[in-house]
Amino acid sequence: MIKYAPSSEIDFLVIGSGAAGAVMAKELSVAGFSVVVLEQGPWGAYGHEQDYSKDELQNRFPDPVDGLMSDPTKQRNTFRRNASEKAAPGRHSYGCVIGGGTVTYGASSWRHLPWEFDEASRFGTIAGTGVADWPLSYEELEPYYTKAEWEIGISGLRVDTPFMAPMSKPYPVPPLPLKSSGALFKVAAGKLGLTVVPNVAAIITEPYMGRAACINCGMCSGYGCQVKARSSSAVSLLPVAEQTNRCEIRANSYVREISVDNSGKVTGAVYFDALRNEVFQKAKVVVLSANGTETPRLLLLSSSKRYPNGLANSSGVVGKYLMTGNGGGATGLFEHPLNEYKGCVTGAAIVDYVPNDTKGRGFYGGGRMTARGFTTPIEYGLGGVHNAPSWGAGYKKALIEQANHKLNVSNFISQLPVETNTVDLDPDVKDAWGLPAMRITTTSHENDFKAMKFFIDRSVDILQAAGAREVWADQVNDSRGGAHARGTCRMGNDPTKSVVNKFHRAHDVPNLFIVDGSSFVTGGRNHPTMTISALAYRAADHLVKAAKSGDVKI
Amino acid sequence: MSAEESSRRKFLISSMTGVSTAWLATNWPAIVQAKEQSQNAADLAFFTPAQAAEIDAMSAQIFPSDDTPGAREAQVVYFIDLGLTTFARDAQPIYTQGFQDLQAKTRELFPDAKLFSKLTAAQQIQLLTAMEKTPFFKTVRDHTVMGMFANPKHGGNYNKVGWKLIGFDDELSFKPPFGYYDR
Repeated sequence: MIKYAPSSEIDFLVIGSGAAGAVMAKELSVAGFSVVVLEQGPWGAYGHEQDYSKDELQNRFPDPVDGLMSDPTKQRNTFRRNASEKAAPGRHSYGCVIGGGTVTYGASSWRHLPWEFDEASRFGTIAGTGVADWPLSYEELEPYYTKAEWEIGISGLRVDTPFMAPMSKPYPVPPLPLKSSGALFKVAAGKLGLTVVPNVAAIITEPYMGRAACINCGMCSGYGCQVKARSSSAVSLLPVAEQTNRCEIRANSYVREISVDNSGKVTGAVYFDALRNEVFQKAKVVVLSANGTETPRLLLLSSSKRYPNGLANSSGVVGKYLMTGNGGGATGLFEHPLNEYKGCVTGAAIVDYVPNDTKGRGFYGGGRMTARGFTTPIEYGLGGVHNAPSWGAGYKKALIEQANHKLNVSNFISQLPVETNTVDLDPDVKDAWGLPAMRITTTSHENDFKAMKFFIDRSVDILQAAGAREVWADQVNDSRGGAHARGTCRMGNDPTKSVVNKFHRAHDVPNLFIVDGSSFVTGGRNHPTMTISALAYRAADHLVKAAKSGDVKI
Repeated sequence: MSAEESSRRKFLISSMTGVSTAWLATNWPAIVQAKEQSQNAADLAFFTPAQAAEIDAMSAQIFPSDDTPGAREAQVVYFIDLGLTTFARDAQPIYTQGFQDLQAKTRELFPDAKLFSKLTAAQQIQLLTAMEKTPFFKTVRDHTVMGMFANPKHGGNYNKVGWKLIGFDDELSFKPPFGYYDR
């Protein structure tokens, strides 16, 4: 594989190897450019995926070199609800391995619907929020959704319903099994007049592009896929990038700064290698794809004489409008076993409440309801038993009775962009590399709490209609962080109100492109990955053309 | 036989009390094999035999054996012992302090008794209920549960008894239908 000297000026330096970074690396290298990808995480089982462990204890307590997620004791972060609080140590964690979060995610791959790109125009703005139209339309993005679905490998069923995005081409492989949870959704939907559709997932159900089909092992979300059926960036895109022999992937490379010259252009990035030596990689263009929380943090860490408020931040918007995702639902017990431990996390969704219905429901927002029920054995034993003592004969009895008999309605609910929900630098706490830790400040808008309550109530309805003999509802819970972070470098046409333009180019810096969940203007229904992938394909297409035309200097 | 080996055997034999005769009858050969070969091969890594007997008694109340196997049959004490030198290394001080607290509580509630493991089941439950908010109890509780359901290679969940209780099959390859409702 090709190796570049850090001192040699490469065409593109891509920071991050997840859903966005891998698309950029693949597209740019295939187009003929030299690319280096910096990933702070380790290699994982890249290229020998059969070694991915399904050992739950190991997964809970990974050896430092085997971890697939960031470690909040190293990638330290702090958390507070609002600016008047002092931030306390946080538990925010994200995929941290070659392939990023796509190596371990549940793999839901829903498109945004057309009206999710212009909600301000359609439904009006909402006081206390930054709801705005995206600077691009669904029609502009649609070809890239299709390209992403076919290149990455997405399973699903094209359904003609107003609750799913229209598609110019069906999914490349058929949907995952319905599972018993999905079958019960159908029972409920039949009674309540609701619409069940198969899950859409980056998990292949038939051999595709040289990879094997899912074997329904069940130890799925949170684990690496040992048969390469989960279409992670690490098995679908990065190998293609490497095969060009123009793309070098560097693991264990923790970027501390994107560097700039006197003219204000970026010149590359400084990172710590595995031995914590500082390395400067020179590049003509930097593509920042470090995720919705690390991307704004790195821009703020990259402040300089030229950019005292942080790189690409003349608007002051970097790190603002953070959306981490709202959830909540309900769980029911059923007479017969569901055996949800077989198969991936979910096989079906109820989609009738995806659209907005402010008049009917009394609040803005919507969500997707997913059917599931599996809790891994240790996690189930520790905290999954409902309404029972925590030890002794009563605990054991309930544990055995409830095992395999649960249906959980897990909802993915809209979250409004609020300016005061932010990622910034903690003034006191440092990470394990001595850099200012990430500080997350977030509390959902009052409207979001109404949305969560609505979805919890509908979940109870569904469980009852499905015939549950006992149902319990989640409490309404404020969001806390997590892997679905979006919105922190929002795109827009106005450089005073947004960080990047519609092609992800930083308004302030001509050779810096920011491509990941941070670009989102509004959050969709909290299933961000497919849209991140599609945006990246679109950004890459533009960038290749711009580099070839001279608009971007290569 | 060394003194240590002798007390180890006593511990293993004492740990057989509390299992229903019906279950023992069907599972005895496997238990003998487990105790005499599988786990005997490995020495205790952290506990003294006396400490192991105390933890074994605690976990047997946390996850009791009745018509079906519990912490004893899953050999949870070996899981915890091994765990305290591996993934749960940081919990060593909790156990070290916990043994003192357990002994103090035993004397406080039952002045005639010396060891928690020698109390009657009812007394043990009474004592653990009085301790259930302590970090020591919570840690032993969580470690007991982990020992029931972790991969057997970590020393517990012997013969997958924990997984069998909750109907979890670790085949890791399945074809639909998976459950009753998707048939």
